[in-house]
Amino acid sequence: MTTTTSRLVRMWRRLPVVHQVHQAVGLQRGMLVAGLILTGIFLFTALFAPILAPYGFSQLRDDDGTFGAQVPPGGEHILGTTVGGYDVLSRVIWGSRTAVLVIVVAVALSIFAGVLLGLVSGYLGSWLDRVLVVISDAVYAFPTLLLAIVAAIAISGGRSSFWGGVFAAAISITVVYIPQYFRVIRAETVRIKSEAYVESAKVLGASTPRIMFRHVFRNATRTLPLIFTLNSSEAILTLAGLGFLGFGIEPSAAAEWGYDLNKSISDVTSGIWWTSLFPGLAIVLVVLGITLVGESLNDLADPRLRTRRRAEQSAPILETSALSTVDLDDDESPIDPLEARS
Amino acid sequence: MSQSASAVINPAPTPTPTRRFRGITNPLARFLIVRFLLIFPTVFILVTMVFVLMRSIGDPITAALGDRLTAAQLAERISAAGYDRPILVQYFEYLGQIFTGNFGTAISDGRPVSELLVTYGSATLELAAYAVLVALIVGIPLGMTAAYFRDKWPDAVLRVAAILAYATPVFFAGLLLKLVFAVWLKVLPVAGRASTRTELQLTSLDDKSGIYLIDAIRLGSPAAIGDVLSHAVLPGLALGLLTAGIFMRLVRTNVIGSLSMDYVDAARSRGVSEFRLVRKHAYKPALIPIITVIGLQIALLLGGAVLTETTFEWKGLGFKLVEYLGARDFVAVQGIVVLLAVIVALTNFIVDIIAAIIDPRVRY
Repeated sequence: MTTTTSRLVRMWRRLPVVHQVHQAVGLQRGMLVAGLILTGIFLFTALFAPILAPYGFSQLRDDDGTFGAQVPPGGEHILGTTVGGYDVLSRVIWGSRTAVLVIVVAVALSIFAGVLLGLVSGYLGSWLDRVLVVISDAVYAFPTLLLAIVAAIAISGGRSSFWGGVFAAAISITVVYIPQYFRVIRAETVRIKSEAYVESAKVLGASTPRIMFRHVFRNATRTLPLIFTLNSSEAILTLAGLGFLGFGIEPSAAAEWGYDLNKSISDVTSGIWWTSLFPGLAIVLVVLGITLVGESLNDLADPRLRTRRRAEQSAPILETSALSTVDLDDDESPIDPLEARS
Repeated sequence: MSQSASAVINPAPTPTPTRRFRGITNPLARFLIVRFLLIFPTVFILVTMVFVLMRSIGDPITAALGDRLTAAQLAERISAAGYDRPILVQYFEYLGQIFTGNFGTAISDGRPVSELLVTYGSATLELAAYAVLVALIVGIPLGMTAAYFRDKWPDAVLRVAAILAYATPVFFAGLLLKLVFAVWLKVLPVAGRASTRTELQLTSLDDKSGIYLIDAIRLGSPAAIGDVLSHAVLPGLALGLLTAGIFMRLVRTNVIGSLSMDYVDAARSRGVSEFRLVRKHAYKPALIPIITVIGLQIALLLGGAVLTETTFEWKGLGFKLVEYLGARDFVAVQGIVVLLAVIVALTNFIVDIIAAIIDPRVRY
């Protein structure tokens, strides 16, 4: 009975994020937990937007008539209304849903394309590799926002419906982020390719696709959760940037924070603060949360940056001696050849 | 893994094209030539990509004027501009044009894009210069402070501040600054590059540089200089703080990295104070990656400039780009984007060369 529980505890502690929370100490743990909480709130809001939001994102009137434009916060509209006559709170809440959808689609697409290209390019090498590297370097060095604008024009001609808009934004962002995944995965693949276990697999007669997708893939993708978190925060900023320049999603199709901020530029000049402050804060908090998670994971993965548990701070020896050694071994050599060979 | 991971946060300090030439110990001249030649494929790839993407939605004339002209008029305009020819012919013609510095002519107002560079490029350059200045002044000392107090509370505060700077979209930061300093406190102007009076004074100048600060100094009027500077504070801060956060993180990581070097240990064992170690010993090698990263920041800075210019009605290339986007003038948009691609490629080249001159290790 006790062995099963301790095994369960151990399994639980080895889960990706849980493991890091346990590994982190002091500040680092604080940052990670704060990030996880913010991200959790963001996901929760997106999931339950219809219940949480007092009005619809494109609702202009209720039973008492129209909301009125630029109504100050308080009363019926806790955060006021926009210049277009929408309820600010509702649009902020619904906006989280758009953001999540765009991130999920964008990151899924760019991971898929980037990982595939990186694996093939890194493992097979030759001229294909060279061409792909030059292309990805060229794209990587270019302002992401400009590229996203061009892609958005190509995909939707600028504006469209809800799903059209979500996909246009997501694909534009994908185009920009494929090179990043490509570079990381390719670099890892090139390194792993020369490992002994790949050679042994070759000697044993494993086919190229099998080596690529079983042996190399598993080991090259260990950094992905990290890039994933960092990129999703960038994806939100790019989406907001696109929206701010008028390439977001029409207000009647979905709520989008960047679009709302664009509409509030003239409000600011006349001292109306609530139309810009709240969507802007939403962006900041979400990006902050996701970045805190990403940054903490990054530091924990990097032995030079990880804060070590000091001797006097560590928990009683009884409890941790076995586990902490496992933890350290696990991370000092991030890609463990032994593990892959077995 | 640690390398690839930190590369994500501190956009990889990679003069990438040269990576494949590692192992050949070649002099600076060779590096220079190879690096220069690599500009061409980069620009070529971006031009091709932009061309393909922009033309995938059809011809630009229908996009810009489709709802205003009749079908016959449209067809006439299209054939006059040559958009009814095979796409490959147009593509090669376009490449030829780019090569001779012709970036196309805007449909909406008939102005050549290369002329826009002269009129509006200087404004963007000025804004970018202010931003880099803010970023360096704020970012480097704070990064060193964070490294010095590593894992203590000042470090935590600074790191969260850096993440906040990154998490705040530049246009939101701009709007907030505007709200507080221009609307509520009324100490700084709301938007624009200068007040109308100063702008009139500046246009009377003979050979204008287009950079208002330089022009105002040459005009010799303290009022004009003050006016130009007061207009520059908020946009410069908004764009600069974004980059300052990145610089800070970079300096912190690199100073911490170089603090673990043997020569720092040696200095420490000689009794050099911890403050001096950070200030003198670990700081200089930590600056080299910054120089490389500034090159990559140019791209971010230009993207940010587009947003900042829109927020503050700063009439630069980004402001024009957004205007043309609104008018659905995709020829002008394509022209400006390609122009910016060339600028980015050139600045990256210059930055790589500077890095190679400063740090021989970069030359591979």
